[in-house]
Amino acid sequence: MTILSFSLILLAGAYLAGLVGSLTGLGGGVVVIPLLTLVFQVDIRYAIGAALLASIANSSGAASAYVKEGITNIRLGMFLEIATTIGAVIGAVLAVYTPTNTIAILFGVILLFSAAMTLRRKNQEALTEGSRLADVLKLNGSYPTKNGEVHYKLKNVGAGFSIMTVAGVLSGLLGIGSGALKVLAMDSAMRIPFKVSTTTSNFMIGVTAAASAVVYLQRGYMDPAIAFPVVLGVLGGAFTGSKLLTRMDPKVLKYIFCVAITFVAVEMMYNGFNHKF
Amino acid sequence: MKKVKGLLADHDIEVIVGTLLRYGVMTASAIVLLGGIYFLIQHGQAPVPSYHHFAGESIGYTTFSGILHGAMALQAKAIIQLGVIVLIATPILRILFSLIGFTLEKDKLYVVITLVVLCVILLSTFGGLKI
Repeated sequence: MTILSFSLILLAGAYLAGLVGSLTGLGGGVVVIPLLTLVFQVDIRYAIGAALLASIANSSGAASAYVKEGITNIRLGMFLEIATTIGAVIGAVLAVYTPTNTIAILFGVILLFSAAMTLRRKNQEALTEGSRLADVLKLNGSYPTKNGEVHYKLKNVGAGFSIMTVAGVLSGLLGIGSGALKVLAMDSAMRIPFKVSTTTSNFMIGVTAAASAVVYLQRGYMDPAIAFPVVLGVLGGAFTGSKLLTRMDPKVLKYIFCVAITFVAVEMMYNGFNHKF
Repeated sequence: MKKVKGLLADHDIEVIVGTLLRYGVMTASAIVLLGGIYFLIQHGQAPVPSYHHFAGESIGYTTFSGILHGAMALQAKAIIQLGVIVLIATPILRILFSLIGFTLEKDKLYVVITLVVLCVILLSTFGGLKI
């Protein structure tokens, strides 16, 4: 295969990854890793490097719209980024000492978990009574809806912070945004309405990924020839996805993708157990 | 009155941060696209190197000065890598802007929180975490 055909096929694949990632809410990075390792037989370390870049591109692109609408809770994101960036740096350091097969198996587990999380019941309610710590840290906020401004308060700040640290470690170790864990921390632990938690999680992914991306770049995990089709493809796919999302409810698609992703996750774990990475 | 002023400032930061993120991604992808096209023109017909075995990138693509040198010399892969650096720098710049915003708002607590996040990222960048 020539470099030209490899790049074009990878570009098309990354476009699909960005589209699926955006429609399911999983993020492009999560789909890029199995695409590169299982389809293109690329070493998982190069795949992680490329996926991190895809996550940053995805996050920054989508966040720019949400932030302007005033849905994202910037203070909350900033506070929790302490946890995710420290976690991400730890994860990137751990990655050196972790065998690639173990990383593949762990990735499969997280992929299964993320697929399950996209099907969960979303937290729609806004708490009116929050914890004292949330008040001290000025984490309570409001966001615009069709029926006017909705104010919400939050609780379990400590638990949310701890889950975020784990999300950061996994993000640094696997090169993904770990959006599912971030949403779990904000949705289930801190009881934030899902519209705020998903956009704030998205907002944070860029910074979290950047924290480990610099480490990966310095270690030589980022190959320019893989990076360029992946970054451009995922961005294009995510853009198409966000346009489609405003026009349709991707509920059926979501179920189909979740089944597909479950197969991919099992394949990753199977190959990991058989030391194919 | 003071509260209204605070709210306005908050919204201003949101608009600035949103715009910054968008232009950052646009700049990065434009550089990556240019480098990519140039790379394909030069090497498109060559066979794909084996990515199955991890070799790691050479020093010219892993350090800021190396990448900058290569990009100045119009090396295609170094230009792509320059776009990659712009992409990684975008969220980091976003933190810097938030820091300025919180400082203007005189929100001491969040100035400190933002500084902590910035320090963690800068430490991992310059702290020689090349283990």
